[in-house]
Amino acid sequence: MERTGAAYWQGFRDGAPFVLVIIPFGMVFGVVATEAGLDIVAVMGFSVLVIAGAAQLAALQLMTDNAPTVIVLATALAVNLRMAMYSAALVPHLGRAPIWQRAVMAYFLVDQSFAVSAATFEREPGMSLRAKVAYFFGTISPVCLPWYFATWLGAVVGTRIPPQFALDFAVPITFIAVIAPMLRTFAHVAAAMVSILLALGLAFLPYNLGLLIAAVAAMATGAQIELIQSRRRAA
Amino acid sequence: MSYSIFQTWMIIVLLGVGTFLLRFSFLGLIGNRRLPEWVLRHLRYTPVAVMPGLVAPLVLFPAATGGEPDAPRAAAAIVTVVLGLWTRNVLLAIFGGAGTLYLMLYLTA
Repeated sequence: MERTGAAYWQGFRDGAPFVLVIIPFGMVFGVVATEAGLDIVAVMGFSVLVIAGAAQLAALQLMTDNAPTVIVLATALAVNLRMAMYSAALVPHLGRAPIWQRAVMAYFLVDQSFAVSAATFEREPGMSLRAKVAYFFGTISPVCLPWYFATWLGAVVGTRIPPQFALDFAVPITFIAVIAPMLRTFAHVAAAMVSILLALGLAFLPYNLGLLIAAVAAMATGAQIELIQSRRRAA
Repeated sequence: MSYSIFQTWMIIVLLGVGTFLLRFSFLGLIGNRRLPEWVLRHLRYTPVAVMPGLVAPLVLFPAATGGEPDAPRAAAAIVTVVLGLWTRNVLLAIFGGAGTLYLMLYLTA
């Protein structure tokens, strides 16, 4: 018990710095969703049921454009596809936990706790299963609980923020700030470029279909460039 | 936004269920079977494939100006990209971008 307690707090400390990102990000969602016309129950419904900031903002953006439901869902779920990859990456570490624990951990599987947990589990292969589970719950505590709170706070103060604050631009700035550090390789940059050019070029297509086509083409571009580069390196 | 309450909640619930299934997929259902390499290779690029395309029209044709390109917003976007690339710090990029936007709006007002 002593051991799992220590692992929980270690995870908590490792996840704690993310509060600085989560609070403004959650507030932006709360504010923008309220401004877009969602009531506070729906705003909280998003943050509690979906608990994925980028996908929530993507869904919201398409909803303000009155995109069809299917397009809203397809685009937002495409943003979340990476989570299947996180899920696969954690199987060697957490796959033998009881099914209910795996279900709860899956619900809380967000970018920040995945990044911190995966790094720690790789670095310390001697950790027991119970310690790993406790550590994971430690990392999500300072990330997910503030996420709910910040969303609520944003929704409450949202309508009182005057238009001079140009909150319309909070979504683009947040998205760009999240994406820019991910542009580590030429393949990532090329994927982003294809995404931008095709999304703009296909903007005339109905139902925001252009964005979906752009995303698929961009994904294929990144994957293909990575493949060519790795072959060249191997040769 | 012109969705009924039912449609809004349908989006929220289905997005919640779909996102949970993505997160639960391997951890809960598929287990230790490995994803084929080509699938992993595509999944790695999902965020950079979707989000730039979503943002680009918002930067170039902001709704707040009636879709007219706008210098403060363009400058804010550029500063955010540069700070994000250079410092790899999300928070710094957000604050730098917002600061630029407010400064430019103040100067051009």
